[in-house]
Amino acid sequence: MKFTLSWLKDHLDTDATLDEIVERLTMIGLEVESVDDKAALKPFVIARVLSAEKHPDADKLRVLMVDTGSGDPVQVVCGAPNARAGLVGAFAAPGTYVPGIDVTLSVGRIRGVESRGMMCSERELQLSDEHTGIIDLAADAPVGTSFAAWAKLDDPVIEINLTPNRPDAASVHGIARDLAASGLGRLKDGAVAPVPGEGPCPVKVRIEAPDMCPGFALRLVRGVRNGPSPKWLQQRLIAIGLRPINALVDITNYVTFDRGRPLHVFDARKVRGDLVVRRAKDGEAVLALDGREYALTPDMCAIADEDGVESIAGVMGGEHSGCDEATTDVLIESALWDPIVTARTGRALGIVTDARYRFERGVDPQFMVPGLELATRMVLELCGGTPSENEVAGYAGHTPKVVSFPFAEVKRLTGIDVPAQTSRAILSRLGFVPKGEGEAVEVAVPSWRPDVDGKADLVEEVMRIHGVEKIAPQPLAAHDAVNGRILTTLQIRTRAARRALAVRGMLEAVTWSFIPARHAELFGGGQAALRLANPIAADMSDMRPSLLPGLIAAARRNADRGFADVALFEVSGTYESDAPDGQRRVAAGVRRGTARMDGQGRHWAGNATPVGVFDAKADALAALEAAGAPVDKLQVEAGGPGWYHPGRSGTVKLGPKVVLATFGEFHPRTLAELDVSGPLCGFEVFVDAIPEPKAKPTRTRPRLDLSPFQAVRRDFAFVVDRTVEAAALMRAAAAADRKLITGVRVFDVFEGAALGEDRKSIAIEVAIQPAERTLTDEDFEALGARIVDNVAKQTGGVLRR
Amino acid sequence: MTELEQLERTIAAAIAAAADEAAIEAVRVAALGKKGSVSEKLKTLGAMTPEERQVMGPAINGLRDRVAAALAARKAELRDAAIEARLAAERVDVTLPVRQAPAERGRIHPISQVIDEIAAIFGDLGFAIAEGPDIETDYYNFTALNFPEGHPAREMHDTFFFPPDGKGERKLLRTHTSPVQIRTMEVQKPPIRIVIPGKTYRQDSDATHSPMFHQLEGLVIDRTANIANMKWVLTEFCKAFFEVPSVKMRFRPSFFPFTEPSLEVDIQCDRSRPGEVRFGEGEDWMEILGCGMVHPNVLRHGGLDPDEYQGFAWGMGIDRIAMLKYGMPDLRAFFDADARWLSHYGFRPLDLPTLFGGLSS
Repeated sequence: MKFTLSWLKDHLDTDATLDEIVERLTMIGLEVESVDDKAALKPFVIARVLSAEKHPDADKLRVLMVDTGSGDPVQVVCGAPNARAGLVGAFAAPGTYVPGIDVTLSVGRIRGVESRGMMCSERELQLSDEHTGIIDLAADAPVGTSFAAWAKLDDPVIEINLTPNRPDAASVHGIARDLAASGLGRLKDGAVAPVPGEGPCPVKVRIEAPDMCPGFALRLVRGVRNGPSPKWLQQRLIAIGLRPINALVDITNYVTFDRGRPLHVFDARKVRGDLVVRRAKDGEAVLALDGREYALTPDMCAIADEDGVESIAGVMGGEHSGCDEATTDVLIESALWDPIVTARTGRALGIVTDARYRFERGVDPQFMVPGLELATRMVLELCGGTPSENEVAGYAGHTPKVVSFPFAEVKRLTGIDVPAQTSRAILSRLGFVPKGEGEAVEVAVPSWRPDVDGKADLVEEVMRIHGVEKIAPQPLAAHDAVNGRILTTLQIRTRAARRALAVRGMLEAVTWSFIPARHAELFGGGQAALRLANPIAADMSDMRPSLLPGLIAAARRNADRGFADVALFEVSGTYESDAPDGQRRVAAGVRRGTARMDGQGRHWAGNATPVGVFDAKADALAALEAAGAPVDKLQVEAGGPGWYHPGRSGTVKLGPKVVLATFGEFHPRTLAELDVSGPLCGFEVFVDAIPEPKAKPTRTRPRLDLSPFQAVRRDFAFVVDRTVEAAALMRAAAAADRKLITGVRVFDVFEGAALGEDRKSIAIEVAIQPAERTLTDEDFEALGARIVDNVAKQTGGVLRR
Repeated sequence: MTELEQLERTIAAAIAAAADEAAIEAVRVAALGKKGSVSEKLKTLGAMTPEERQVMGPAINGLRDRVAAALAARKAELRDAAIEARLAAERVDVTLPVRQAPAERGRIHPISQVIDEIAAIFGDLGFAIAEGPDIETDYYNFTALNFPEGHPAREMHDTFFFPPDGKGERKLLRTHTSPVQIRTMEVQKPPIRIVIPGKTYRQDSDATHSPMFHQLEGLVIDRTANIANMKWVLTEFCKAFFEVPSVKMRFRPSFFPFTEPSLEVDIQCDRSRPGEVRFGEGEDWMEILGCGMVHPNVLRHGGLDPDEYQGFAWGMGIDRIAMLKYGMPDLRAFFDADARWLSHYGFRPLDLPTLFGGLSS
C-alpha cells in the first residue's frame, strides 16, 4: 500500500514530521517498507533558455545559453527538438544524478562544444515515458527555484507492508484513522454527502448468486466528457506507481486507494440490457482490461449483460465495455464481493489487481453506497454530466459484530496495566463503540474491521495504539529445581551419531529433502503419494526414500570441483509414506576416492588406499554404537539393498527382523545412473529402529573382576571353503570355552593355489584369560583341541599345519 | 728407557689406536689377559729377591693399574662415540607433516551446531525440545492454526502440495514448525515450555530464501504467560545466542493468523562493516522473528480453554540467525554440501555448545 504525504494530510490534520509519521506507522503495526522523500529530484531547478543557436558541427544539436537563476548564463548542448529561446524547463547542473538515464553529469564536450549541464525530459526525471522533448513549463515558472517543489513532485511517497488482516488500512483514510487514534493528529471527516440523481437508473441489476455478491450499487451518469484527468490526480497516481488512463478510470483508481473502495466504470452505450450477477458458466470467456482472454468456471462470479460476461467480479473489468475518450454515458459500479470467491478467482486466473487485493481482504460494506456517491461527485466535477438515482441490489445493511470485553484482558495477555478509560478511548478513536460501564463492556466492531472477532483482537488494538514499547519485560517463572534431561532418546541418538561420524573425519551435509524422481526410484522410493504436485524444479520432485542419493550427488559435485576425496554424512529424515510415522530418522554417509578415516590422498608415510566396504562398515558400526545400539548383540549379514554391490555390502540386524543398518560399496549400475564414478562406499543407520533402552534403577556399572593369572594368546590357522564367513569361524572358536576365551581376532586371511580351489585360510588369535589357576600345558592342549573341533564342526575348517 | 716404560708406551699406543670395543678388548687381553704382557710381568715378581720386589712390585702393579684405567677410559669414549654415531644416523626431518587426526578434519554443519546452541539456552530456561513430521495435513499446518480457508494469509505461505488422495485431501510440506504446537497440546497438558527446531518448506528461492529452510518454534502455555514474559524470554535468548552483554529489541505489532496479539521483532545492530553484523550496538534494526499470544482458536484446537490457559509462541529462522551470527553470506550454500564451505563454516565435532563453557569458542 502506497500513498503520499500530502494525500495523507487530506485525511489527517497533523504537524508531525515525515520521520515521526513513519516511525509511528511502524510502531502501530503498519510497517513502513520504504520512504521515498524525493531527494533525487531536489537538484533540478527551473531554468530559462536565453538563446538557442545551431551547433556548428551537428544539425540536430543546439547550443543553449541557460539562465539557472544564479550567476552567469550556462552553456548547454541540447538535442531536443523543442529546445528554443524562451523555453522554461528543468535544469541539471554537473554533479547531478539523473535517474532516468542512470548517469551522474559532468562537464562534457559534445562535438567540440562544452556543455555544463542538461535540460531534462520527463523520462530523464522518471516522471513519465515522455521523451519527445525537454520539459516545457509555463513561462511564469520561477527560475532558480526547485522544479520538484514548484511542480509538486516533492511529495514524499510512503509504502507500507500491509498485513492481510487490515483491509481498512488499504486506504489513505484508514491509515489516517490509525495515526489519529495514536495521537498523531486529528482525523478529518470522511463523510460523503449524497448526490441527488435525476430519475432511476435505467440499467437494473439482478443478483443470481447472492452468496458471491452481498450487495451491488450502480448509477448512470449521462453526458460526461472523458479525457485526461487533472494534473494533481495524475501526479498522485504516478507517485504510487499507477498509470493515468482517463478521468473516469483514474477516479476509480483514486477512490480505491483513497477509501479502500474499488469501483468499476462501464461505458453505458456498450452495455446491452440489464446487468446480471451470476456464476460464470463453464466455457465462458471474457477479454479483460489487460487485453487477455480468461476462461471462467462456475466457481467464479461474473457480471453479465444480454451479450455475455462484461466483468470478472471483484477482480478485473472487461475490455468490451471499458471507458475511453469517446465515452459519454458511464455506469459506475460499487459492489461487495465475497472475499474467498475473489481470492480463489484471482489465484486461478493469475490476476493481481488493486481491486482483488481489497475484496479478498474484505471491503467496508457500509461504504458501498457512500463510495458510489464519492465517485459520482468526482465524475461530475471532472467530467460533468447528469447522474441518475442509485440502483442498489442485495444489500440489506450491516449488523455490527459485538464483542464482550473485560478491560482486565489487556493486563492478562500483555502484562501491562492500561486504565480502563484509556482502553475505552483508544477503541473509540478507532471507531469501535464500547457500550456499558464498569469492568466489562460490549464493544461494537466497526464495519471496516472484519478482522476483529474476539477480545484478544481488542487487546491487540489497545496494545498497539497504547504502545508495545511500554510493556516492560518480566522474567518467566524460574524452575524450582535443576532442569533435567530435555532431549528425547531419539534426539540424543541423533546428536550422538552426528558427533561420532564427524569425529571419524566426515563432513556433515544438509541436503534437500526432495530429489529427482529417478534417484528416488533407484533407492526404493518414487511412489506417487510422495511426489510433489508443484515442485520448485523438476529435479526436486520426490521426497527422498534414502539420504544416499543426495550425498552421492554431493560427492559428485565436489569431485567436479576438483575434490575427489570427500567423506560426507547427514543425519536427517527420509520418507517411507506421507504419514507422520513414515518419516524415518537416518544417519547416512558416503566416502569417495581415498577419503578414509585415517587420512586421504598421497602421503610420504604411505598413500591412502581407495575406500571400500569395510570403511562403510566401520562408519555404520561407529554410528550405531554412538547412538546406543546393543553392539554385542548385532549380527552382520552379507548382502544389502539393490543399490549396493551384491558381493560387497552387508546388513546389520538385531534379531531376525530388525534392520539397523546397511553398508557397502555401490553397485556400478547405481553409480552409472547417478552419473558418478567411484570408488564410492556408503552406509545408512536407521537411528529410530534402535530399541529404547530399558529404564535402569541406578547408573552402577557391572562389577569388574580382574584375574591375577597371566593372560595368554594362541594362534590358529584354518583352511575353509571360500564361502565360509569369518564371523562363523570366530563364533565357533569362541564357543569352545566361553569362560576362558575372552576374545578372538582374525589376523590373516589368505587365498592361494596351494590351498586348493575355492579354499581360503583364516588365521585367528585367541585370547585366553585363566580365572582360577595358571593353566598347564595339558589344559592348553585340551582347549586347543576343543577349538579345532568346534571350528571343524561348525565350518568344516581344517587346522593348517 | 726401561723395559717397563717401553711396554707401557706400546700398550698406550695400542689403546689409542683401538677403533672399537672389539679392538679395545683385544688390547686388554694382550696386556691384562692371562698371558698378557703385563700379567707376564706380574708373574716375574714371585722369582725376585725381596729387594728387587720392593722396587719392581710397585712399578709393575702401577703399570697394571694405569693400563686398566686407560682401557676403561677408552672404552667409555668409544661407547659414547658409538651412541653419537647412532643418533646421527637416526636423525629424521621433523618438519615433515603428520596426518591430521580425523576429529580435526570432521565438521558439524552450522545448522546442527546452532540447534545445539539453542537447546543449551532453552534447556537452561526450562524448555524441552519437541519435533514433528515434515509432511503435514492441511489441518495441522493451516486450519488448526486459524488460517481460514481461502484467506490471503494462506497465500503468504507458498506451499508445496502432494497430489490429492482418494478422499480428495492433499498432504503438504509444512510451511512452518507451528503444526507441532497443536501436536504438542494434543498430548501434553500445560504447563508447556517447548522449542521446536525443524525443517520447513516454501516454494521460494533466492539468496535469502530457500525452498527448504529451518525454523525454530517456541511455545509457552500456562495460566499467566504474557507478552511481558515473551519479551523477556526473547531478549534473554538473543543476548545468550549472540553472546553479547546486552541487546536492544524492538517489538512492533504485526499479524499472524495463529497469534493475537501478534508482533514482529527487530534487533538493533551495526551493519557498517562489510560481511559482519554486530548486535547490541549500531543504528540499524533487523527483523529476526515473529511472535505473539497464542490465538484463542489455536488453544481451542489444542483442546484448551482460552479463558483458563494462555501463552505465547514465536518462530524464527535457524539458518538466518546462523548466518547473522557466523557471517555466512548466502543461504543456498547451506544445502550445497561443498566440502570447502563445510570445512570453513562447519564446527569441530568436539566443540559442544554449553552455557558453562560458552556457546562457541
